[in-house]
Amino acid sequence: MTRTLISQAQLQRGRGRFLYWTVLTVVVAGFTLVFLGPLYWMVTGALKTGQEIAQTPPTLWPHDPQLQNYADAWNNLDLAKLLFNTFYYAAGAVFFQLVFDTAAAYALSKLRPVLGNVILGLMLATLMIPAMVLIVPQYVTAIDLPFIHVNLLDSPWAIWLPLVANAFNIFLLKRFFDSIPEDLIAAAQVDGASPLRTLWSIILPMSRPILGVVSIFAVTAVWKDFLWPKLVMPSPETRTLSVGIYAFSGGTPMNVVIAASVIAAIPTVIIFLIFQRNIMSGLTTGSLKG
Amino acid sequence: MAIMTAPGTATKPAPAPPRTVSKKGRKVRDNLTGHAFLLGAVFCFALFMWFPMIRGIVMSFQRTRRGETTWVGWDNYSRIIADPSFWTAWKNTFLFTALALVVGYVLPFFVAILLNELRHAKGYLRILVYLPVMLPPASALFLFKYYAYDPSEAGLFNAILKALHLPTSEWMQSPTMTIPAMVIASTWMNLGSAVLIYLASLQNIPGELYEAAELDGAGVWRRIWNVTIPQTRLILALLAMLQIVATMQLFIEPLILANGAGTQDSATSVAYLIYQHGFFQNDLNGAAALGVIMLVVLAAFSAVYVRLTTKQD
Repeated sequence: MTRTLISQAQLQRGRGRFLYWTVLTVVVAGFTLVFLGPLYWMVTGALKTGQEIAQTPPTLWPHDPQLQNYADAWNNLDLAKLLFNTFYYAAGAVFFQLVFDTAAAYALSKLRPVLGNVILGLMLATLMIPAMVLIVPQYVTAIDLPFIHVNLLDSPWAIWLPLVANAFNIFLLKRFFDSIPEDLIAAAQVDGASPLRTLWSIILPMSRPILGVVSIFAVTAVWKDFLWPKLVMPSPETRTLSVGIYAFSGGTPMNVVIAASVIAAIPTVIIFLIFQRNIMSGLTTGSLKG
Repeated sequence: MAIMTAPGTATKPAPAPPRTVSKKGRKVRDNLTGHAFLLGAVFCFALFMWFPMIRGIVMSFQRTRRGETTWVGWDNYSRIIADPSFWTAWKNTFLFTALALVVGYVLPFFVAILLNELRHAKGYLRILVYLPVMLPPASALFLFKYYAYDPSEAGLFNAILKALHLPTSEWMQSPTMTIPAMVIASTWMNLGSAVLIYLASLQNIPGELYEAAELDGAGVWRRIWNVTIPQTRLILALLAMLQIVATMQLFIEPLILANGAGTQDSATSVAYLIYQHGFFQNDLNGAAALGVIMLVVLAAFSAVYVRLTTKQD
């Protein structure tokens, strides 16, 4: 391993060694407390009774665990429906991003049609525009699409189509495709492969890691998004998890709201634990060398 | 898959086989194919990015009443600025951005330096730091609202403060603590991605630089100041900008933690005001005008940033 701020030798000798192990213990304990502690508090807090929650000082673990809170959250907030909606939007988001964003990145990287660079520039420019600035005109567009005058409220397209307009994904994919040798593509052309065939049989099989990263980001984006789904999915039948929990939070006991929040967080946490390597590498490659 | 099975045989990109189509015709066809592949994405960008950008500016000079749209000049702007919450919202947003910059920007850098020095439990610590980033913000914020910021002594933070014999706080019910409380919650939720980005850039620093600095007698702090910071300067500057843009859009924290405006308007943010005007007061044009003001302010920030970073080079 390469040398960092403090040399390996310094950490292995007497005082340095002692200091290193102290710091390591403090950091591991401290980080566990700061980052895992609140999650523990959330999961166990949702098991407490209303009285136990209001108790001073707070109890470390529930004395009389109320699984009922989780059951109430599941039934009263219709979490099954909300979970299904969110999964459905996330799956569609992955599909449409993979199809349209890979196609666009492939065109910009390998086919390079006229004005391709101008289009890429216009796409990248949208990275500079804060989302909040566009929220009103985007909403006005979604409720009355130009020319065809279709209202997208409560339709999954209102979530899927805006997510395709993701310049970061296109940039990430284009950079990956740029690193695929031109010779391979030329060889495929000689063999008579059409551009679509080249994309499908050569580019895509080589790009599995980056396609994975884009898919994971699409799922987490849908899962975490709040304001846009709140605006374009106004009816209770089409809500996402976060919006549904927020809508119910007013008239629901707080233990039940927290229980619902725990259930809402479980899928992303599982996705993270399974794909943490891909997520972390995608995060750093995307932002570092830009 | 003849191409893949015999990589040795298909080497040189030979000239295209002669076709009946003219060279110009081929070029046109290739371009059309390229644009066909771009079509889906361009359509979505046009519909939900490029067109709304222009439309937002146009809308801010119009007023739609009972289905009739008229040009009203700067009326929307003057109405929005006259809103008693307008200046409070900017004050709160700037305060939040500044505090989040002090806490949420410096902290991840030092966390990353610390993690980079540790030779054990690396994977575990990285997972821990990034875990909150994966939670839906609404979930995490309800946790803060109900359990951490409970103003009684049953709240998590107050219980800790009391155990340490420190004065407890009313958190979201105290106008002075509202913004710091939002900064704490927001930093906890977002710190992970900055830490990982810094970690990646720290690993690109050549070890010889530290070696040389140490031989010159530079201590740990001097090495951070003279090696680490200059070596990661670009990424430091980039993340500062990204963070300012992100924190200026403060929205979900006030909405959930403070039910929107908070005690005595102490949580109202500019983004929340856009939401209020657009979707509660039925004033989409005023909201669009506020959006344009926000864009101009952020553009000014970016301009200053570009000036500062290019000057150093």
